[in-house]
Amino acid sequence: MTQASPAARYSIETKTRASFAAGIAACVLVAVFAALPAFAPRDFIEDMIFVLYMAALAQCWNLLAGYAGLVSVGQQAFVGLGGYLLFALTNMAGIDPLIAIVLAGVISAAFALPTARIVFRLRGAYFAIGTWVVAEVYRLVFAQFKSLGGGTGTSLPPTVTNQVFGISAIKGLFEVSTPAARDIITYWVALVLALATLAVVYFILRSRLGLALGAIRDSEPAAESVGVDNDRIKLAIYVITAAATGMIGALIYLQKARISPDAAFSVLDWTAYVIFIVVIGGIGTIEGPLVGTIVFYLMQRNLAGFGAWYLILLGALAIAVMLFAPKGLWGYVAERYGLVLFPIRRRLVVKSGDGG
Amino acid sequence: MTGWVDALIQGILLGGLYALFAAGLSLIFGIMRLVNLAHGDLIVLGAFMILTIAAWLGLDPFAATLVALPVMFAAGFALQYLLLNRTLGRDLLPPLLVTFGLSIMIENGLLELFSADSQRLDAGAIETASIKLGGGIGIGVVPLLTLASAIAVIFALNLVFYRTSLGRAFRATADDLEIAQLMGIDHSRIFSVAMGLGFIVITIAALYLGMRANFDPTIGPGRLLYAFEAVIIGGLGSFWGTLAGGIIVGVAQTVGAQINPEWQILAGHVAFLAVLIFKPRGLFPRAFD
Repeated sequence: MTQASPAARYSIETKTRASFAAGIAACVLVAVFAALPAFAPRDFIEDMIFVLYMAALAQCWNLLAGYAGLVSVGQQAFVGLGGYLLFALTNMAGIDPLIAIVLAGVISAAFALPTARIVFRLRGAYFAIGTWVVAEVYRLVFAQFKSLGGGTGTSLPPTVTNQVFGISAIKGLFEVSTPAARDIITYWVALVLALATLAVVYFILRSRLGLALGAIRDSEPAAESVGVDNDRIKLAIYVITAAATGMIGALIYLQKARISPDAAFSVLDWTAYVIFIVVIGGIGTIEGPLVGTIVFYLMQRNLAGFGAWYLILLGALAIAVMLFAPKGLWGYVAERYGLVLFPIRRRLVVKSGDGG
Repeated sequence: MTGWVDALIQGILLGGLYALFAAGLSLIFGIMRLVNLAHGDLIVLGAFMILTIAAWLGLDPFAATLVALPVMFAAGFALQYLLLNRTLGRDLLPPLLVTFGLSIMIENGLLELFSADSQRLDAGAIETASIKLGGGIGIGVVPLLTLASAIAVIFALNLVFYRTSLGRAFRATADDLEIAQLMGIDHSRIFSVAMGLGFIVITIAALYLGMRANFDPTIGPGRLLYAFEAVIIGGLGSFWGTLAGGIIVGVAQTVGAQINPEWQILAGHVAFLAVLIFKPRGLFPRAFD
């Protein structure tokens, strides 16, 4: 081993050739997505709203479970909370729905802090069931508010849904009806939320916080011993995902325009499906939840008519993937072809030349 | 006043049912650190099995349970041997997600087979029999039998755990898997026996679930949460603590319902969260983690 100055021969890179190409492709894709309402039919736009919010929820759960080791089965708490906040803020306080979505995120984060103080007393698998109990508490408490429809639920009146900021401009621009214009706005908000979630996750993972998360994932005691404050970092991740999940929940219920405690705090819709997406796509990667969302959307479209059998199939598929391909579809592809679209790992590059 | 005393007594009896739910969960966790998210759905599955056996063979629920016990033991053994043993390891996710998937499969399988209709195990005259205590308070025979069975099951589990060679193997694998293997313990078989035993407790819980109230395929997750709360309140690793935890959840629910019928379930959850805040390791902790 020669004593060359290390700085000259080694460098740290995160970029890969595939990631550079993916970056350009992503820009084109985003432009296409943004322009979609100009040429796509309305039912396709509605499908895409579903795809976008499921992808965003999946990113959030993946950050929690796949990176921070916080396997929550109770994220429906924040979807439902966001939905109910939207209804309360628009219906009762008269706030514009788009502002209400942002506020729902802030308030969800404020709820997440005391919630975390309780559920963080439980570790590992017990944390999972603890979050589920908390979600049930949220559901039962919201069922008590008679002004929000109590146990049976309530609808958003047209005075709220038809006066979302920008609706008249969209109606003029695309020459569509009011409900179609509302869908277009909801779609754009969903697109912004999904991209923002993706960007937040990506930049968290590339930051110091991401390095700390990686250390925690590999070994909690070792991370602690090099100065990582495990609990604070987990709390930060929990609160950030709660804020994002709350905003997504508000958006979901702006589109649905009808809310009930059982639907808003449904463990199947907002957690089981999301877990399925992340597991099938590949947990612990940014690409995985995106791949999983596409698979889930196609299955939902073609098989949801089979009712209970469809859910049995989903359960079996998730078990099979967990047992035989625990890294999911993307994990398989990435391992086989060395493909990385969202580079978050730091790689040591050794310049060839004077041997070593 | 009578109402409150009655709520307390009924709560203690209800706690017997929750202790039965919890004993199986506690047993399985205690031995192999496996948190089974399908536990509640397995109890409901047990209730449907007893219902089906009772209908086919024209038996009463108690006799049908005796027939179901060996079947369920074998099912538990096979589930652990063929599926769950593959998920155990350092990683937390596989056992959690596999049992979550199982939970969804069982619930929807039961929906497909039995529809969403409410069912009940018909035990005849014993169902309505009660012992009068005076002052308008009566104790139902079935609830009393539930509590007695919970005490018996926990007594039996303690005997198995601390007085038999099987129990020694259970404790050894729970303490240190590698050393237990070095001592010649076949851990995958031990775990499978433990799950079989867990299924026996599940089947007994299913019998009382089905006799005390209506059940349908969707109520599994709720039962899982009550069982879990009882285990955490009691403190990990203590079977008698689990009984106490079950009773606390039961009393909280009936007292909550006495204040406002809509608050029954909520009151149980709130009691659990309160214990978590003030005594995070439970009331009678024995194990760490």
